[in-house]
Amino acid sequence: MYAIRMENITKCFGSVVANDDVSFAASPGEIHCLLGENGAGKSTLMRILFGLYRADSGSIYVNDNPVTISGPRDAISLGIGMVHQHFMLAEQLTVAENIVAGCEPQRRGLLNYEQARRDILEVSERYGLQVDPDATVEDISVGQQQRVEIIKALMRGAEVLILDEPTAVLTPPEVSELFTVMRTLSESGTTIIFITHKLKETMEISNKVTVLRDGKKVGTVNTEDATPESLVEMMVGRSLPVHDDCRMAPKEAIALELKDVSVAGRKGSRARLDGVNLDVRFGEILGIAGVDGNGQLELEEVVCGLRRPSKGKVIMSGQDLTGNDTRRIRDKGVAYIPSDRLRRGMVTSLSLSRNSVLGMHHHAHFNQRGVLQEDIIDEHAEEIIAKYDVRAESVHQPMGSLSGGNQQKMVVGRELTRPHSVVIACQPTRGLDVGAAYYIREQILDSRNKGKAVLLVSAELDEILELSDRIAVIYEGQIVDVRPTGQFTERELGLLMTGERNGV
Amino acid sequence: MSEFMDIVFNINNLTATIRMAVPIALAAMGGAFSERSGVVNIGLEGMMLTGAFSGVLACQITGSPWLGVLFAIIGGGLVGAIHAVLTVGLKADHVVTGVGINILASGTTTWLMQVIWKRKGTSDLVAGLATWSVPGLRDVPVLGTILGTHSPLVYISFLLIFLGWVLMFKTPLGLRIRMTGEHPEAADTVGINVRAIRYFCVILSGCLAGLGGAYLSLAQLNWFSKDMSAGRGYMALAACIFGGWNPLKGLGASFLFSFTDAIQMRMQTSKLRIATELVQMIPYILTILILAGAVVRSRPPAALGEHYESGQTSK
Repeated sequence: MYAIRMENITKCFGSVVANDDVSFAASPGEIHCLLGENGAGKSTLMRILFGLYRADSGSIYVNDNPVTISGPRDAISLGIGMVHQHFMLAEQLTVAENIVAGCEPQRRGLLNYEQARRDILEVSERYGLQVDPDATVEDISVGQQQRVEIIKALMRGAEVLILDEPTAVLTPPEVSELFTVMRTLSESGTTIIFITHKLKETMEISNKVTVLRDGKKVGTVNTEDATPESLVEMMVGRSLPVHDDCRMAPKEAIALELKDVSVAGRKGSRARLDGVNLDVRFGEILGIAGVDGNGQLELEEVVCGLRRPSKGKVIMSGQDLTGNDTRRIRDKGVAYIPSDRLRRGMVTSLSLSRNSVLGMHHHAHFNQRGVLQEDIIDEHAEEIIAKYDVRAESVHQPMGSLSGGNQQKMVVGRELTRPHSVVIACQPTRGLDVGAAYYIREQILDSRNKGKAVLLVSAELDEILELSDRIAVIYEGQIVDVRPTGQFTERELGLLMTGERNGV
Repeated sequence: MSEFMDIVFNINNLTATIRMAVPIALAAMGGAFSERSGVVNIGLEGMMLTGAFSGVLACQITGSPWLGVLFAIIGGGLVGAIHAVLTVGLKADHVVTGVGINILASGTTTWLMQVIWKRKGTSDLVAGLATWSVPGLRDVPVLGTILGTHSPLVYISFLLIFLGWVLMFKTPLGLRIRMTGEHPEAADTVGINVRAIRYFCVILSGCLAGLGGAYLSLAQLNWFSKDMSAGRGYMALAACIFGGWNPLKGLGASFLFSFTDAIQMRMQTSKLRIATELVQMIPYILTILILAGAVVRSRPPAALGEHYESGQTSK
């Protein structure tokens, strides 16, 4: 018997086929990974199961009974719950209000908050999901918000729980906590469908894996029979070789140096950056490892001139550039891949052409006597598209119409084609699928191999370990340790990142 | 100076405050329901005006002021329904629609008044609501003067505002309304009918504003005059925001506005030598100042003014 069986599901959005004759089945109590690149159709398939979309054709069975699901209400009554990637929580309401909305316990026509609180705490204890029912959602951490979402589904009697990319927003300790909860749930008979594009997590948590690619099902395998390599091949359609590891001895000359740089916090709070000393040499990648929010953003902003340090100096090739504006710093030879690509890396409503010269629009090549040279700019955009493998139809389409991976390739292409000697790469592969992330990492390594100095800021420890020649660990605005990559163990890095200096 | 003090600290001001706060507070509660569900309602002014007009018309025809009140509620509700169809059903811009409704209501009522009563400025007199005196309360000193004798609509309104607060914050429906205005997609995914909730709230806001209009034309006065709502719908929106989209706090904000209005009226008839036009500006200036201050601090429902279509969820 299957808890869920979806047969020959097809779903089109306009001319795009999101699901093409996909079949999927999960047994009771199983943790089933739905694996695939961004845009492979994983979320669409599950949104159909949850009633948010209607399939064009195909059938759905719950416990082997054919069912029609025409809305979330139907799905909920069939025991299907979904935790969405973007949480469905009203931030200004309390945890309890968010959980019970739509199925409120009542007493004499009024909402029975006492009953709600008791019910929530009971579920919360049974599955080890700690929440405070009276807290306002906006005041609790992302990890806690996710627990609220899970409780919300369980309180509605979910026997099948769909988790859409649940780990994307979590810190490593929160991920392992989530996995513990998932195992508890699965032992108590709940079927879990886990949507992800992360191989490591798939291998760690699942019993079975179904892989989708370009809207089609590639296959279903038992996790114990799979390897990360075999899964990548199913996902991407080809194998991705390990990056060429030709770590070079860095040159002696220092490209970028930070001397005792501090950024004051808001009144009364601690400094965002506190006496940071760093140097990056030509021909090396210095990785900044740390849990998000420990000063990485401020570091990025100070180096690129978006923020003035309250103390200290930023020196590039021997020249003190502290307090210069961003344009001047970039014109000194800085390629900058910002961590927030939608806000700082591009203008989504402008064309690819225009985006391809952002930050270079004043260069004589593109701008003659104050007039933009459209033909030259278009040509420049074409070059980036060709060289950096951007999947686009035209240089005149708006940047916002590209997928995240292609947008980032465009940004990286623009930055790496401008004259530069230093690369500031911040969260360069955040939210990208395996193929695009692989490609971007290749480009960063390639820059290094060409003798550029790279400052790599990333919250993904694997990425730091894979690319960096040296690693600096940042915690609460301070650099707590710097060593060549081989001299850290993963455990040491994890401890340093969470402030456990003594454990190392 | 003592003249000025006499004007401000006069017990009759408080009586007048209560009297004048009622229509604003009712419409403010209407605004709170509409906006808590996610629909901006700048059309309260037009809904109130329509209520005032339909109340007088129904009263003229039936001879009963209470039936007038009922039809004021229905009239306001119908205008609310127009707003709901345009904003929720057809996804028009909420502010533009609201402004359109105000112009429509002003034009239609003025025109119909001339057609029906053949007069330009006002309608005929109709039978208004008589005042009530609360036995016991009216004999208490001070309090009796302030609260003891009012139109029955005053007491009914206070009761309604309390019930509105209970509905919004203590019942399942209230939670669903708030959820809808904060995060319609979240409401949809737990099986709440976003569209139905919004229709209900916007029509309810029209009914409440219409009742406020009936209070103007059947309790304070007993005739209809051109544009007699005189900006009270906008003040109600201000009171709604200042009151943090909470009916009870909205009532408090309405008291504040009408208190300055009461002082303003007293100043006009006093011997103080200030131009009447300047004095009349006081409540409106206060509205602007309070809003400028309050808007900075208060947080509107997160999805206010946004359209929502089920199944259109972003990826």
